[in-house]
Amino acid sequence: MLSSMKEGCHDPKTKQTQLLKPGRRTKASGVFHNLQEMQHCASLVTKVFIQRDYSEGTVCRFQTKFPSELNIRIERTLLEETVKTLNSYYMEAEKIGGQSYMEGCLACATAYIVFLCMETRYEKVLKKISGYIQEQNEKIYAPRGLLLTDPVERGMRVLEVSIFEDQGSAGSSPSSTLSSDSSAR
Amino acid sequence: MHLGESTRECEYSQISTRSSTPMETPYKKKTPKKRKWETFPGRNRFYCDGRIMMAKQTGVFYLTLVLILVTCGLFFTFDCWFLAEQLTPIIPVIGAVLFLFVIGTLLRTSFSDPGVLPRATPDEAADLERQIDVANGSTGYRPPPRTKEVVINGQTVKLKYCFTCKIFRPPRASHCSLCDNCVERFDHHCPWVGNCVGKRNYRFFYMFILSLSFLTVFIFAFVITHIILNSQRIGFLSALKDSPASVLEVVVCFFSVWSIVGLSGFHTYLISSNQTTNEDIKGSWSSKRSKDNYNPYSYGNIFTNCCAALCGPLPPSLIDRRGFIQSDAPQLAPPTNGLPMYGSTQSQQSHKVATTPLLQQQQSSEPVILSPENGASLPGRASLALGGPCTSLPLGQPTPPASTPSLSCHEATDLLPIHGHPHNHSHPLQEQLAHHHFLTPEEVPSPPGMLHCGSPLGHSHTMQGSFYNPASQDSLHEDSVRGLVKLSSV
Repeated sequence: MLSSMKEGCHDPKTKQTQLLKPGRRTKASGVFHNLQEMQHCASLVTKVFIQRDYSEGTVCRFQTKFPSELNIRIERTLLEETVKTLNSYYMEAEKIGGQSYMEGCLACATAYIVFLCMETRYEKVLKKISGYIQEQNEKIYAPRGLLLTDPVERGMRVLEVSIFEDQGSAGSSPSSTLSSDSSAR
Repeated sequence: MHLGESTRECEYSQISTRSSTPMETPYKKKTPKKRKWETFPGRNRFYCDGRIMMAKQTGVFYLTLVLILVTCGLFFTFDCWFLAEQLTPIIPVIGAVLFLFVIGTLLRTSFSDPGVLPRATPDEAADLERQIDVANGSTGYRPPPRTKEVVINGQTVKLKYCFTCKIFRPPRASHCSLCDNCVERFDHHCPWVGNCVGKRNYRFFYMFILSLSFLTVFIFAFVITHIILNSQRIGFLSALKDSPASVLEVVVCFFSVWSIVGLSGFHTYLISSNQTTNEDIKGSWSSKRSKDNYNPYSYGNIFTNCCAALCGPLPPSLIDRRGFIQSDAPQLAPPTNGLPMYGSTQSQQSHKVATTPLLQQQQSSEPVILSPENGASLPGRASLALGGPCTSLPLGQPTPPASTPSLSCHEATDLLPIHGHPHNHSHPLQEQLAHHHFLTPEEVPSPPGMLHCGSPLGHSHTMQGSFYNPASQDSLHEDSVRGLVKLSSV
């Protein structure tokens, strides 16, 4: 079963090297549009974590600093754009304004029972965010062998970027990467 | 079907099980997936298939519930008839509304997730360790305190590293040693409510104590009215004999009024200045610390602070306790540098497993003094892992208590060694104490008036166990001591 999976991945292997070049969106970019397929075919090389930016207090914001490991994989502007959009969504969710007051007062008046039937604004925005991340993964990140994990699944601590690489590609097998990592320590 | 299932599971799944074999039923195609609450690493209890989340010790919560129910029950049974007839029937109605509000908010506070931060995944923890290593520049040992400084609204705030959860705590978060979780915007652990009070349930807690103050005052006032009106007709002693329940109610309400109303007043002050109990006790933002010390989270005016705390958006729970465990997520292999950097992952994290690898890691980096509470397997491992400059220190011997009182809570923050400062071998104990003492007030939050550095000796004595093992869980007897400490303070 494993071999058949591998064979399935060798097929697009030559196309995959083209995929990794930024901007080169051939029809082969459809190869990794299926994220499940990417997770099965490709092997996880490493994960990069974009940490929270607390300079504005406890509001949810992620650092827009570009991690150096992603330099070869994706353009700086694309990732920054994604992070900025995410930050704006979170800001919208946590905004304290008219609507949140109404929601709060209504909830208080009903002894918070209303939350059993109604979805809070925050939850609605979180759904929007997960849809956005899914879309970004499909359009931008999967073709480059990357995968964004929704921060909600990591307790809103980090924005996890997984870097995948095709299992058959030469010179960058995961075991060698890891052993070089550990020896460098 | 779903409801039926959940009610059935309500009866059976009382305590979060650490290990359980999924029961194979012949007509199910695959083994039932476990929900995340079943392998939750903290010391919480879950009921109703993960819908309800409470602390481990819930005895005092039941006491609270019984007190409220009994007092209100007596009020409605014995006093309300008289008052409805003599004065107005609106009195029982208002009483009922208040009572329902109190119970609703109490249950909401007790059963909801206070804002627990899920622990770091192994990959995150490894990444953080790597970053800290890079920052220190050395791989031999690591200086104990791990802090990050961040400037929030012009005020420098230190973010501390939590050894248990392996994350840098966000600002205003704190680790509750009773529940063994990091909680966002941690206020305090309330035994009366049987849960921590944090970001997600602070407004419910405040509404609870506010409505309870009104209810207590209400019942107190009207029971006194009842007795007075009755005694005008039949005399004081006969009135008392007529409704003996009223005497009990008066006694309970009298003592409750002082504490509950006082607590409501205190929390009203905290809300209006946008502080947490934890920050207030430590005096984090008090002007006594330094001239330009101010609260960077405050919005400037009382009204906005109140609105933000009570009517602001309610963030959802981050721990997803009813979600199913995904066992097929890709994970990096753990680094093979000889030290298991982190214990087991989400599932089956027992105390020892979590404790021992961390201790190993610590012992290779700094002179650690073993606490005797840590289990028999440790000393063996410790002797293997210790080496280098650490061997001169005797194992298993706690620091002489004479040196402890010299450090107060405030001093500890000043003594905090700078990141990257090499360990001076002649002062390992002092630095260690500074580090651990620094952690301790954090990890033992308590209601106002209790934990203050006025009695460092008494305080440090009970905390001796946790001094030297910031990464280890507290033993059961420490728990009970702390639980008692909290009880007596309320």
